[in-house]
Amino acid sequence: MKELMLGNKAAARGLYEAGCCFISSYPGTPSTEITEEAAKYPEIYCEWAPNEKVAMEAAFGACLAGKRAFCGMKHVGLNVAADPLYTMSYTGVNAGFVIAVADDAGMHSSQNEQDSRHHAIAAKVPMLEPSDSAEALEFAKLAYELSETFDTPVILKMCTRVAHSQSVVEPGERTVPVKTYEKNIAKYVMMPGNAKRRHPIVEERTAKLTEYAETAPVNRIEWGTGKVGIITSSTSYQYVKEVFGDTVSVLKLGMVNPLPVKLILDFAASVEELIVVEELDPIIENHCKALGLTVHGKDKLPIIDEFSQSLLAEKLCGTAKESVSLNVPVPVRPPVMCAGCPHRGLFYTLNKNKCTVLGDIGCYTLGAVAPLSAIEMTLCMGASVSAVHGFNKAGDGQNEHHTVAVIGDSTFMHSGMTGLANIAYNQSNSTVIILDNSITGMTGHQQNPTTGFNLRGDPAGKIDLEALCTAMGFERVRVVDPYDLKQCDTVLKEELAADAPSVIISRRPCALLKYVKHKPPVRVDAEKCRGCKSCMRIGCPAISIKNGKAVIDNTLCVGCGVCTQLCAFGAFCEN
Amino acid sequence: METKNVMIVGVGGQGSLLASKLLGHLLLGCGYDVKVSEVHGMSQRGGSVVTYVRWGDKVYSPVIDKGEADFIVSFELLEAARYVPYLKKGGVIVTNTQQIDPMPVITGAAQYPENLVETMRAAGISVDALDCLSLAAQAGSLKAVNIVLLGRLSHYFDIPEEKWMDSLEAIVPAKFLEVNKKAFALGKNI
Repeated sequence: MKELMLGNKAAARGLYEAGCCFISSYPGTPSTEITEEAAKYPEIYCEWAPNEKVAMEAAFGACLAGKRAFCGMKHVGLNVAADPLYTMSYTGVNAGFVIAVADDAGMHSSQNEQDSRHHAIAAKVPMLEPSDSAEALEFAKLAYELSETFDTPVILKMCTRVAHSQSVVEPGERTVPVKTYEKNIAKYVMMPGNAKRRHPIVEERTAKLTEYAETAPVNRIEWGTGKVGIITSSTSYQYVKEVFGDTVSVLKLGMVNPLPVKLILDFAASVEELIVVEELDPIIENHCKALGLTVHGKDKLPIIDEFSQSLLAEKLCGTAKESVSLNVPVPVRPPVMCAGCPHRGLFYTLNKNKCTVLGDIGCYTLGAVAPLSAIEMTLCMGASVSAVHGFNKAGDGQNEHHTVAVIGDSTFMHSGMTGLANIAYNQSNSTVIILDNSITGMTGHQQNPTTGFNLRGDPAGKIDLEALCTAMGFERVRVVDPYDLKQCDTVLKEELAADAPSVIISRRPCALLKYVKHKPPVRVDAEKCRGCKSCMRIGCPAISIKNGKAVIDNTLCVGCGVCTQLCAFGAFCEN
Repeated sequence: METKNVMIVGVGGQGSLLASKLLGHLLLGCGYDVKVSEVHGMSQRGGSVVTYVRWGDKVYSPVIDKGEADFIVSFELLEAARYVPYLKKGGVIVTNTQQIDPMPVITGAAQYPENLVETMRAAGISVDALDCLSLAAQAGSLKAVNIVLLGRLSHYFDIPEEKWMDSLEAIVPAKFLEVNKKAFALGKNI
């Protein structure tokens, strides 16, 4: 029966139908729902791993054991998992192995706009790229077939618009092919002698896959009436069809690595003008140029941001749709920390103490946004902890008494621990603050090794952060409640002043967690409020100034009490 | 039939995903090809959020661009104004009159524009503005704002009410069904 399905849910359905039995992933927008949706099938074992590298290696172990395995991640996650990926290309697989990577052109929720196709090329593994939900389902199944036929991991490349769009699919049945594990040292032990013998096999495989790509049904030509030919893939295909319909011929590539040769040459020979429409980097375009073809691509279309039908119409046809605009300025509405967010009190304290804050990836990155404007650096998962060490070492004693790293609980487990080991080992006087809100917040509340629950919400192992830091050699491990500004201030001052590395755990569950009980909204005593606006410095969406006095939005306020503690006139009262 | 476009806009956390889910179910049930595009992740944290719903004989792009929306359904007044350039000539804005200050307004760095409904009408736009919060409260739940808006939108659609009710029953949990049916009727008949 036909169903409207999110791209990620359709990919999960494809995994299910293909008989996938083991999933290990790390959450990351826009990839998260593939694993969450797959977890709704009791037949598939699903887990959140501490990071993408661990996830990929765990899934590799499962494929080695003979079960079809999967791991999913966002584009930057594949950087973390690149190490196992590049060598899994050499070992190949036992049962099928599929990796989903979700790119984020337009950076809706990411720190960069990298193009994952480069990883597929560099690791020499095939990559399939669906353009809607039906293809996400179909390509997930095809990925397993290719994986076992060609003895290789296969990447299913999603993007925000395919992952987070719903379109029509027709679900099918599940079949579960299983293999037995057989010891094979020459294939699975990648030491130099064996790897030298595997590399030629990888090159032969690429040649065979290229041959497959020439006639693969997922690489198809839709002949049009005009003389222009467009080569495209993924969501760009949808924009091409929207703008040009049947007036151009389209070579729609479902497999973007390796790329076909003869198919492209024949297509080019059948049209008068050739255009490549691809988001981000000119990978198909450069392939065409290397084949000696004259082709338009990035000379007409941008290398940054995502495409749309209007962009194509404007850049390729010079046409634009009529639209109205208002003559009044409309203020921007950037994302903000929620009312009652436990990070707010901590960032207020860091600001008050004029700290230099090296940040990390998570909801708390919003600590860089006005009016808090507290975070001064965000790079990648775990970088805060590693970088504070270097910043302090290079500071020759000038930085360490006012500089901190802030990192969330999930990000700490992902790749903060190794940075902490470096501080303990190479001895910098660094202060690391773990913002423990007992959940992976930004991606929509996934469990992690510190929460005590697994992906399905059942009780699981629970890493004790204090014991972990102590075991690493930190003698100063403090725990504070970020709703208690006085305690935060005292402990922060003590740890910055100390001549020893320290960890402060700022612990309070995310205010959006269902089990968190809130107090009633606070009340403003209008007689006491002097309209000094000092409460505006915490950037709480529940507080605004109306007619010179602070006003609380009762629909947002959760009574966290941070504002009551910072008002010098006692104008905020608990109800 | 030419592809039709509805944009659902609002502030992260206002419940626009349920509205798009209901529309998707309804339109698929009417035999159309349908695409719905959502935004997840960072912008959901109190930011400006957009959902696109497109339907027709065959829908390609999942997104709606400037000058293409037949309808903009807005949960918040400033958000209706923000997406005006996306409205097709002759399109209609159905908006809640509720105002939620964005952070630059809260901090005093910017002003919430006054008389937005009049400003939009003066620009030649058809604006159907209603106080959805009051209507939702009247129906029995402040959370029914999304269904009040859909009730109002249904007024412009050539789809029998039974089909809307079928989708409501399929999407909304049974215990909230009566409240939502009331909210739908209040939105439709105001």
